[in-house]
Amino acid sequence: MAEETCEACLSGTNLTKIYAFGKSRTVAVDNINFSFNAGQVVSIVGESGSGKTTLAKMLLGLTSVTSGQIHFRGKLLDISTSRKRKEYWKSIQAIFQDPYSSYNIFTKIDDVLLDCIRLCGGAKLPKEEKLAMMEEACRFVNLKFAELTNKYPFELSGGQMQRLMIARVFLLKPQILLADEPTSMIDACSRATILEMLLKLRDEINMTLIFITHDIGLAYYISDEVYIMEHGKIVECGNADEVILHPKEAYTKRLINDVPKIYEPWDLSTVDYHV
Amino acid sequence: MGKTILKVDNLKTKYITRYNEDVYAVNNVSLEVEEGKSLGIAGESGCGKSTLALSLMGYYFAPLHYVSGDIVIDGKNISSLEPDVVRQSVLGQEIAYIPQSAMNALNPTRKIINFIEDVVLAHEPGTDKKEIRQLAESRFEMLGLPKSVLDHYPVELSGGMKQRTVIAISVFLSPKILIADEPSSALDVSSQKMVIKMLLDLMDRGLVKAMIFITHELPLLYNVTDDIMVMYAGQIVEKGTAHQTVFDPLHPYAKGLMGSIIVPEAGIRNAKLSSIPGVPPNLKNPPQGCQFAERCKYVVPECKMHEISMRSAEGDRSYRCIFGEDVLRKAYSNG
Repeated sequence: MAEETCEACLSGTNLTKIYAFGKSRTVAVDNINFSFNAGQVVSIVGESGSGKTTLAKMLLGLTSVTSGQIHFRGKLLDISTSRKRKEYWKSIQAIFQDPYSSYNIFTKIDDVLLDCIRLCGGAKLPKEEKLAMMEEACRFVNLKFAELTNKYPFELSGGQMQRLMIARVFLLKPQILLADEPTSMIDACSRATILEMLLKLRDEINMTLIFITHDIGLAYYISDEVYIMEHGKIVECGNADEVILHPKEAYTKRLINDVPKIYEPWDLSTVDYHV
Repeated sequence: MGKTILKVDNLKTKYITRYNEDVYAVNNVSLEVEEGKSLGIAGESGCGKSTLALSLMGYYFAPLHYVSGDIVIDGKNISSLEPDVVRQSVLGQEIAYIPQSAMNALNPTRKIINFIEDVVLAHEPGTDKKEIRQLAESRFEMLGLPKSVLDHYPVELSGGMKQRTVIAISVFLSPKILIADEPSSALDVSSQKMVIKMLLDLMDRGLVKAMIFITHELPLLYNVTDDIMVMYAGQIVEKGTAHQTVFDPLHPYAKGLMGSIIVPEAGIRNAKLSSIPGVPPNLKNPPQGCQFAERCKYVVPECKMHEISMRSAEGDRSYRCIFGEDVLRKAYSNG
């Protein structure tokens, strides 16, 4: 396969994060190894508290790493100074769960998009060109730019805000996009739209998509590779078809069992109230 | 045919905004739930699912206002009752409602047993507190909740446990019908399963006689309820059994919704998800004719001319579209 020959875009070796407070120690991410190839869609699946978001924060450089290394495009990731960190953020972007809190409420939508153009070196472009870029980005996510000018983010619906977030990523063209539960706050119908757009964006700018979710159905639909996390450890990983259709670990089986399905019966008899 | 527990006839309720505009969020809804059956209500955000749930209780407070229609619970019409009477004798006893964020509504300074005492004393003043405690203990045990929960404060419980406790409290007086509005959407998958099991247990044990379950998660609805109703812009657009609605939807909107189902099963990866373009109509100023016409792939000029009424189809189901079922099925099979 072509992907295997090309180098890993983002990889981690023995990555650990311990939250310490006084004498208490919480191991949030426990000695994990992974390697995400360029252009792939990778899902990280786990229940609440399994360390998915901590892992995401480490990858984004938003929290320190207790031990272990992250390699970005073959080089050890160095984000020790704020200048280096800003440089790194040009190649990695994120979409978070709550679209309502992702925006500065005092910034108009035009400025949100203009900021992105400025960030990727388009500050000196003529006004018309900037407008054309913003229009193109909005068209990409099926929003009408003319209806958005002079509006504030809170005037949009949740689904529209999340799409605007994708429009931002479209302008920034990062190498990696990290989506942390991007669809859990919007309803099932807009969810399909967001997923299709993320995949379209992946094809358009050939980025790596890291998709974090607790819904194993979503992970199966969107990803090439799946990593299952339990209590900070990766318990199973591999090709999506393999992991979801032929799970080996009991935890993966349980996760799949817990999701309601439509072709197979949903077994409720195994529910233990006293967990 | 079982006994009809809840019968709603052409219910219409509206919100009055502060600019005195009328928004009909529930528009001529009719439904029927029989004893031992559950009804699911699906639809996207803002289609009126939760407003319907609020309206069914018969307890209206501004900005929600009652316009017309009947709500009959077990032979008793509650739509014309005074709000205070509804509060005293209908809520909790005849009909129980679990709102979306129920578990966050527990007062953090009171123990769980206090909430139960409140519920019982409000409806049967003068009941002995020891008696209430005994009842509560046996009820909690029956529903798989540890007795110790009664002496805990809400913050000491996990999300799933809190939600189950709230459900146990709201059905404490064994209401005839339970309305659950997105009871599991804030929980992770394993807690969700426990909540669902508990709701089904309630039905099995006869603690509630019928249930209305509201969610936008279609796979969940398919597994939990007997019938599914799809709502759009305050109207019912499709009504049928769970199997009919999920595997053979007739209304174009229902068809679009079913196309967005994602489950971890073989075949879903290659399936093309269908998404419905556009946004729902503004109900302050609803379009004439079919509410869905603006977003519908199969729209013809007649759709926008006059109001579309529900039409019945084979297999005791109904839908709101001007096309016959054969025409629609043929259109869907051609893509």
